[in-house]
Formats: sequence, structure tokens, C-alpha cells
Amino acid sequence: MEQILTFFFEYKEAIFIIALSIFVGIEVISNVPSVLHTPLMSGANAISGVIIIGGIILVGHADLSKFSLNLVLGILALIFGTLNVVGGFAVTDRMLEMFKKKKK
Amino acid sequence: MDKVLGIVDGIEFTIGDSILELSYLVAALLFVFGLKLLSHPETARRGNLWAAGGMGLAMLTTLLLHKDGNGSGIPLTNVWIILAAIGVGSAIGWIVARKVKMTAMPQLVSIYNATGGAASMLVALLEYPNAIAGDIGSILVTVLGLIIGTIAFSGSIIAFAKLDGRVGDIMKPFMTYINLVLLIVTLGLGVYIVISPNPPAEMIWAIYTLLALALIYGIMFVMPIGGADMPVVISLLNSLTGIAAAMAGFIYNNQAMILGGILVGAAGMILTMLMCKAMNRSLLNVIIGAFGGGGAAGPGGEQGTIKEITLSDASVLLSYSQKVVVIPGYGLAVAQAQHIAHELDALLESKGVEVKYAIHPVAGRMPGHMNVLLAEADVPYEQLVEMDDINPDMSNVDVAIVVGANDVVNPAAYDDPSSPIYGMPIIDAHLAKNIIIMKRGMGKGYAGIENFLFFNEKTRMLFGDAKSSITKLVNEIKNM
Repeated sequence: MEQILTFFFEYKEAIFIIALSIFVGIEVISNVPSVLHTPLMSGANAISGVIIIGGIILVGHADLSKFSLNLVLGILALIFGTLNVVGGFAVTDRMLEMFKKKKK
Repeated sequence: MDKVLGIVDGIEFTIGDSILELSYLVAALLFVFGLKLLSHPETARRGNLWAAGGMGLAMLTTLLLHKDGNGSGIPLTNVWIILAAIGVGSAIGWIVARKVKMTAMPQLVSIYNATGGAASMLVALLEYPNAIAGDIGSILVTVLGLIIGTIAFSGSIIAFAKLDGRVGDIMKPFMTYINLVLLIVTLGLGVYIVISPNPPAEMIWAIYTLLALALIYGIMFVMPIGGADMPVVISLLNSLTGIAAAMAGFIYNNQAMILGGILVGAAGMILTMLMCKAMNRSLLNVIIGAFGGGGAAGPGGEQGTIKEITLSDASVLLSYSQKVVVIPGYGLAVAQAQHIAHELDALLESKGVEVKYAIHPVAGRMPGHMNVLLAEADVPYEQLVEMDDINPDMSNVDVAIVVGANDVVNPAAYDDPSSPIYGMPIIDAHLAKNIIIMKRGMGKGYAGIENFLFFNEKTRMLFGDAKSSITKLVNEIKNM
């Protein structure tokens, strides 16, 4: 019990953010019409590419004086993250463009 | 930028630090607004651009202003490497997103989801050695990020392979138990790593074992899931990628990552639940996967006779109708019949027939699959009607054309309690005055359940590939 309370106190800001973000996420997309399910999913998918910030930090402070597997993996993470972000937003935009021109 | 503004918790912070955090706040707000706008048809495109703008901002300020623990920024050489990597990723991502066919959209969404999961997996893997022994909080988020990111990665790859027809469904009853054991072992090892007092440097073997276990679990977890359940799995994997990114956000104590990730996690969860609801099944039931079999053999025996319709009869029937509803399913996507379907509806409309498309929420292989397909074929948005809006009107419909759909129109959902799809909301095609079913043959639908709609006395079958059937039908009507 004490351990749980300690954990909560140490990470209280994070836990608050989680709790509120879950609520915001649910609130924001409830009642979405089914016509938008795919674009919404791929747009959200692109947002989850926010992991790219982690990739930038990782490679940004990597030691370049010697070659290491970690550096290669870090760069790979960056490329993957960018694929997710750029590809995700681009394909969502393409889909929505298609929806748009349909309007009579 | 380097001017020290003050001290918090004994650490100096500069103008740059403050601007960086401010930009994260703006990015997080743009994510929220973007997602909000994305859920309304009129504003969706703008919403997507806002979210993209937020991402660009966060990337730029991180690159320029981020500092490591010693207060040094990102060296110029590293900046170049980062820009090169981002350049490569952007070029590939952009080209693929522009070039890929709309019919391959479920595959593409899965692949991009896999890359996000892979990035989270790698970040967690590389950050683990930097964790401080005994710091349960930071090791916990790293381990969770690794497990969830890895499952999202390997699961999405399998989902891609299945959607692309490279891997079939492999479902053996014992797999449920294997998966359960695998999950318990994976989580158990995760807990062990978190509570172990050993420094991370001595636990590298454990973290790589964990990686391998999670990779296998991701594969095993998606492998048995059938095509009809794909919409649920894709949105679930999407949600997992978001959660994994949020976990990485905790490693860096980065609020934009946390908020963005959790936002996607929650939104994906909602979508997952919506899909489950549309199939009247629980998430657990989908994952454990007991579809097929069951009531399939059910009543069996005498089911009545199948009546076929000739092309000329079908074209007369359609031409002299007032209201026609097309009910598309995955078969439409497989046959790539969306363009010709639009040609048919335009032709009928020119003859004064009112044509609508009735879209079931889980028709196809991903949420909203049919909408994307039909939009690609230029079918006006107003012609697409959701299940709940069309059903009350179904009895006034002269002809319901079922194209490559099966379970979503199976009346067993209403009247056969022994059927696996009993209770699932369906499109009430059986209420229409006439029903034309386009099918390749008498094979059962995905779920392997007998569809009594085929034996309905109002039903006429038009056998053949959906694309060629509709093409012939269009020509027939033109020549009338």
C-alpha cells in the first residue's frame, strides 16, 4: 500500500495527464460518423508517430565518435517514425481530398 | 536562447527550455483540435493538417532546442544525420502514400502502424540501458513501451500480410492456450525486469528475451484472427501504437508525446469498441476468436431452393424500380467493382431510380473501408447511408442488391439463437421487396454460417464475379 502511494505521489503529474487525456480522447471522437472511420484511424495513426520526438532526442545526443549498433537502431527508429508521421498524414489527406470533391 | 531564466528543483532553465516546453503545449493542443476536426466531414481535412502542423512544430523545436542532462544541445553533425533520416522516411512515406491504390488502404494503414510500433520498440530498447537501477517508474514505462510497441509492430505486420492475402487464417483450438501462456510469460518477465534491483547493464539479456517474446506474441495474437474481425484488430493495434508512444513520452518526460499517444490510444479504443458493438461481440471474444463452427451446422437439411435471375430480368427489374439499395461488402473490394458499381447507380439514376448505398459498420476489412472505396469511385457522399438510417426505410425499397456481402445481411442475426452472429446488428435486406445477391458461388460467408437470405423467396441470385456481373448488367440496361 505504501509503495503504491509513493508511486502515485512521485508520478502524480503523469497520472493526471493520462487520466485527462483518456477522457479527452474519448470525448473528442465520440459520435464520429462511419464515413470518417478510416481517415480518423489513419490520422490518429499519424499522431502516434509522435514517437519520432523520442527518435530525434535519441539520435541527437548519440555519441558519433564511434560506430555503434545503437546508433544504427536509433536512425532506424527515426526513419520508421517519419514513415509513420509523413505517410500517415499524407494518406489521410489524400483520402479526405477524395471525399471532398464528391460534394455536389 | 541560452539566457538563464530561473531555477526549478535546483536546475537552471533557459529561454530555450521554456520555448521548447511551450511548443510542446501548442503541439499537444493542435493534436486535440486536429482530432476533433477530423471527426466531422466538413472540417476533417483541416483537422488532419492541424495535427500535422503540431507534429512539425514539435519536431522542429526538439531539433533546435532540446538539451541532454548535461545541458548541451544537439550537435550540428547529429542534426544533419537526423535530417537525413527524416528526409529518407519522408520521401518513402510520401511517395507510397500518394501512389498506393485506394483498394490497398487497409494494408497501408497496417504498415504505417507497424512502423510506429517499431519506432516505439526501438526507442524503448535503446533507452533501457540508461535507466537507473531501482527507479521502478522509469523502468516500468520502458518495459511497457517495449512490450506494447513490439506487439503493435509484429501484429501489424501479420495484419498486413493477411490483408494482402499472403498469410491465411491459422486457427487451432490449442492456439488460444499457447497465446495465453505466452502472454503470461511475457508479462511475467516484464514484471521481473521492473522489480529487479540489478542495474540495467546486467539485464540486457532479459530485455532482449522480452523483445523476442513480445514479437512472437504479436504474431501469434493476430494469426488466428479472421478476415471479418480485421476491423477490430486494426483499430486495436492502432490504439496500442498510441499507448506505446505515450510510454516513451514518460521516458523523456515529454508531455506532447504523452498526450498525443494517450489521445490516439483512447480514440483507437473507442473505435475498437464501436467495431465490436457492430458485431455484437466482446473484445475478448474477438481476440480469443471462436468464430466459425458453432451454429454453422445448425438447422441444416432442407433450406429451400436457390433461384437464379437472368441478366435481362435483373435489368428490367432495376430499371422499373423506384428505390434501389446497394449493400456492398468485402467482395466488392476484392473484385474492385466500385467504379462499375458507380456506373450502374449513375445509369439507374438517369432513369429516375433512386439509388443508395447501405454501409454496415464492419463491412470490409477496416473501419470505414466501404466508404473509402466508394469515395474513390466518385460516389457522392450523400448516397452513402449508415445502417441505422437505412433500416427503417428498407421495406419501401424495391430492390436490394447485395454485392459481395454476406454476414452483414444474414437474418440469422435476428431469428437463430444458435447462430454465432445472433444479435449482431444487420442491414435488413430481407425486408426489401426484391433481393438480388451477387456472389461468386454458393460458398459460405467468411464466418462459414449458412445465410437464409439466399433461400428467401424474394431472393434471386446472380452468380459470377461482382465486377463482370455488374459490367454485364450495365450493358444490358444500356441496350434496353
